[in-house]
Amino acid sequence: MRLSLKVWRQSNKEAAGGFEDYKLDNVSPDMSFLEMFDVLNEQLIEEGKEPVAFDHDCREGICGMCSMYINGRPHGPLRGVTTCQLHMRSFKDGDTIVVEPWRAQAFPVIKDLVVDRDAFDRVISAGGFISVNTGNAQDANSLPVPKEAADDAFAAAACIGCGACVAACKNASAMLFVSAKISQLALLPQGQAERSIRAEKMVAQMDAEGFGACTNTGACSAECPKEISLENIARMNREYIGAKFSSSAV
Amino acid sequence: MSWFSQTLTSSIGKKLLMALTGLFLISFLVIHATINAMIFYNDGGETFSHWGHFMGTNPIIRTLEIGLVAGFIIHIADGLILWKNNREARPVKYAVNNASANSTWYSRSMGLLGTLLLIFLVIHTSHFWIPNRSNQFATGEELNLYQMMLDIFQNPVVVLIYVLGCVSLFWHLLHGFKSAFQSLGLNHVKYNGVISFIGTAFSIIVPILFALMPISIYLGWVK
Repeated sequence: MRLSLKVWRQSNKEAAGGFEDYKLDNVSPDMSFLEMFDVLNEQLIEEGKEPVAFDHDCREGICGMCSMYINGRPHGPLRGVTTCQLHMRSFKDGDTIVVEPWRAQAFPVIKDLVVDRDAFDRVISAGGFISVNTGNAQDANSLPVPKEAADDAFAAAACIGCGACVAACKNASAMLFVSAKISQLALLPQGQAERSIRAEKMVAQMDAEGFGACTNTGACSAECPKEISLENIARMNREYIGAKFSSSAV
Repeated sequence: MSWFSQTLTSSIGKKLLMALTGLFLISFLVIHATINAMIFYNDGGETFSHWGHFMGTNPIIRTLEIGLVAGFIIHIADGLILWKNNREARPVKYAVNNASANSTWYSRSMGLLGTLLLIFLVIHTSHFWIPNRSNQFATGEELNLYQMMLDIFQNPVVVLIYVLGCVSLFWHLLHGFKSAFQSLGLNHVKYNGVISFIGTAFSIIVPILFALMPISIYLGWVK
């Protein structure tokens, strides 16, 4: 396959970036999108140019490191797929592909296609955990969990924190991510002790990071590689409003 | 900041306010459309004027009217604040953005549709509500709203503005009705279907009913 690429290049956080055009002549349709970028980078290194910086780690769709806004969509044109699991057979010979970093106030560009997603870590630090005493764990069977709750918690826990929801949302809202993290713990017995304060603190941190508010367009869920449901956002709204109006934390 | 103002100024709190005021304004639309539809009795405005007089003079309704004005102001102000915050959350736009692949245009255009509705609201209230209440305040007498309608809707430009206002209302409600329930956390597999059905039906029926009023008067169906 022959491809034309328009890739966002930016040397650091402060620098003004811009698009660079690249041509690739020998792309296999079986390559993943990131392997295609590896080929581009080898070509750039041979030409004595700076390779394109991009995030990646597991390359098997479970770590949440890869990003890339491809032809106007996070993780490219397929549903329920991360960039590393997107293959070049999803494109046509002669295509021009535009690749940009996630765009959000809370996700500043570090270099080229790499953005700083520490804001997500700070939201988790604010309350996305359970406190467990040391000592022997009790028998798992002594904690009954309804099947439906276990399924919903598991579906929410599938979130890999890649930030595609923020990237897709017209408001750069992080509510799908935060709601998945609040939901997975609110649905299980282990999450009950800190349930109210968790919702209050995580939402407060989400707002402090400068993410936008949800307008229920559904773009986040449609683009989520793990297909996290909008039901989680409704649950977060219930958890937060309920906690604010009834918890003893003033 | 008290817990209460902290709640209402948070991102979820602002959505909560939008949803509550939005549903309140929807309940107002039910009353407004019902009473105005009395013109279709085509009885020279007798039934319409009877209920218009009730709405304009009943002390309970007049008290609720203050809540209605507050509802409009909160919905508009909160909407503008959210629009500004949400724009600031993405200072650098995408060069290529294929948003239609993941969401409907009207769900992304609530601010624009709301602004069109606000312009319509200014035109509409300066036709009827403001002159009528000013006259009541000054002389204690109500204006003949039915006759005013017959006169104002003789102008095709005015009729067109009203119809366009109804079109904006249709798209705004089509997203807003369902969206309000989601913002309130009312998303449940047993009720989502019925909320969606009622929301869509409401968004179609109410604007059509409203649009038929100026059209019927202009075409002389209602005299």
